[in-house]
Amino acid sequence: MSILIDKNTRVVTQGITGKTGQFHTRMCKEYANGANCFVAGVNPKKPGESFEGIPIFASVKEAKRQTGVNASVVYVPPPFAAAAIWEAVEAELDLVICITEGIPARDMVEVKEKMRKAGSKTVLCGPNCPGIITPDEIKIGIMPGHIHMKGRIGVVSRSGTLTYEAVGQLSDLGLGQSTAVGIGGDPVNGLKHKDVLELFMNDPDTDAVIMIGEIGGSDEEAAAEWYAKECRNKKPVVGFIAGVTAPAGKRMGHAGAIISGGKGTAQEKLAVMEACGIRTTKNPAEMGKLLKSVI
Amino acid sequence: MKIHEYQGKEILRKFGVATPRGKACFSVDEAIKVAEELGGKVWVIKAQIHAGGRGKGGGVKVAKSMDEVRQHAGQILGMQLKTHQTGPEGQKVRRLLVEEGADIKKELYVGMVVDRVTQRVCLMASSEGGMDIEEVAAHTPEKIHKVFIDPATGLKDAEADDVARKIGVPESSVSQARGVLQGLYKAFWDTDASLAEINPLILTGDGRVVALDAKMNFDSNALFRHEDIVAMRDLDEEDPAEIEASKFDLSYISLDGNIGCLVNGAGLAMATMDTIKLFGAEPANFLDVGGGATTEKVTEAFKLMLANPKVKGILVNIFGGIMRCDTIATGVVAAAREVHLSVPLVVRMRGTNEDIGKQILKDSGLPIISASDMADAAQKIVAAVSGK
Ligand SMILES: Nc1ncnc2c1ncn2[C@@H]1O[C@H](COP(=O)(O)OP(=O)(O)OP(=O)(O)O)[C@@H](O)[C@H]1O
Ligand SMILES: [Mg+2]
Repeated sequence: MSILIDKNTRVVTQGITGKTGQFHTRMCKEYANGANCFVAGVNPKKPGESFEGIPIFASVKEAKRQTGVNASVVYVPPPFAAAAIWEAVEAELDLVICITEGIPARDMVEVKEKMRKAGSKTVLCGPNCPGIITPDEIKIGIMPGHIHMKGRIGVVSRSGTLTYEAVGQLSDLGLGQSTAVGIGGDPVNGLKHKDVLELFMNDPDTDAVIMIGEIGGSDEEAAAEWYAKECRNKKPVVGFIAGVTAPAGKRMGHAGAIISGGKGTAQEKLAVMEACGIRTTKNPAEMGKLLKSVI
Repeated sequence: MKIHEYQGKEILRKFGVATPRGKACFSVDEAIKVAEELGGKVWVIKAQIHAGGRGKGGGVKVAKSMDEVRQHAGQILGMQLKTHQTGPEGQKVRRLLVEEGADIKKELYVGMVVDRVTQRVCLMASSEGGMDIEEVAAHTPEKIHKVFIDPATGLKDAEADDVARKIGVPESSVSQARGVLQGLYKAFWDTDASLAEINPLILTGDGRVVALDAKMNFDSNALFRHEDIVAMRDLDEEDPAEIEASKFDLSYISLDGNIGCLVNGAGLAMATMDTIKLFGAEPANFLDVGGGATTEKVTEAFKLMLANPKVKGILVNIFGGIMRCDTIATGVVAAAREVHLSVPLVVRMRGTNEDIGKQILKDSGLPIISASDMADAAQKIVAAVSGK
């Protein structure tokens, strides 16, 4: 098993006719069971056409009706990406992974509100994320497949290349991954650290989790506090927070500082994680080693 | 993107928020002319820079005669204004706002940002406005009232009135305050702002509700739909290195250390900076070359880092996923040649075609130090820079 995606997931690519969408759809198709998983694309102007054997439909609903897809990946350009997410939500897919970087925050505020009000069961991952991979089964996103290895460690992270770094270290140590989830760095997004941590805690094929965070917001703290309360002794979790040296920012105005109440610094996050039973390291070259030491 | 106070006030006025009458000036003569046009007996001369805390830093002065207008304008224009938000070097004042003095009975605070937790726009308001609002938030958070606004309805009348009462607006002025709060929200939403703040929002002696300050920042991802906002950009207020970087789609922030770093991905870039610090040195910059690190981009990145005289060594850390290490190595070698690199360079590459990449660096004949992982790279550059 794994979380969120496996070899039976069927994926529609939104933005399959753009350069990025095509490049990464090809790479994903070539990875593990990808050829069976990537079964549809969407472009309202090009229904009936196809991309390297993948049929293109006018809408996500149509793609679902004809191919039975249950997940989508979005490469649509920023001005239209939130609408693409909503289209996938309306089609009642199980999962939408939005890779697009640079979506206006207001568009995300609107689409997330609509999802809440509609009581949508669709899980959103991202935007501005590398995607999700279950090694040797399926890769949905832009991460390099070959650094991954099948195994029993869960990986969740807000940053792209730093996720690859952690995965690379784990694989080098012979520690494979059950699933690696990039939740993205945007302020208004879908899955949070806590959500993914919970999925890993309930996944019988995940033994331990590595959680990588960044300064800003309080997602890591929320995840750590949930872990301490619900399953401190269930499975070990280790963590790293990037941004100890990041400048406080050349600010203007006070509202940012007021809403965060002084929270969100790397030191604060590390302290909360440690207090909640999550071992952390300040040396990002040792994330893998730290995990190995706790299992 | 940030704008000046006077520009923020222009926007707020369009959304029905009352502000003092005033005008931006670029010289002392202009300041006097504006003061004369405004009339009245009291004027306020305000430094226009992209940072707050101007009042405490000596950038806001009250004048009670034309002589004082001249004196204050002369003093503030051209000064290097230091506030807790500018950094120790301060910011040069090139523009002034001259406006009519307001009759302040009470200073309140209102601000707006997008809240990550509720994923809604959050209105924050407090009766304790003025120059120490962060202190208030830190020590008496119960004095900050928050409303998380439903984007489908906007700020409702009842919500606005309730907040107005909570921050001490007298009953006779509540409907005016409602207009201000709803106008602020409309302005925030319609312009894709990331911050909108009025500190202080004042109650005047005659019961009016007026915005004495206006700070607005905008979501850079949404600027494509706001030409009018983009036109307000003042490049004088931005770091020239950061402007140059943005032309090449590089994300760059100047810092105070002496080790330049070039990394792909923001998270890995921050982690690399942290590792440099962990081994006893300080990064000179944050630099994310993004996904497509072409030779041209890498060369520009090297030029940027080396334009900073503090840089005594460079650390390149690339996790080549989709991007191949041989391509990156070729870029690094070409860049090092073009800029006649004279400081130590440590390169750590990981990913596809790693070995070919390392061979390219070796064969280049350049004194490039290869590193096996991030910690090794940081230790090597720190040692090279400190001459050990
Ligand atoms: N037009 C005016 N009339 C009278 N007093 C004013 C006027 N404008 C500003 N002031 C006074 O000067 C103080 C500082 O000005 P302002 O808030 O605009 O700048 P600031 O110090 O940069 O703000 P902040 O501390 O919020 O960053 C105000 O709190 C107010 O008391
Ligand atoms: Mg102010």
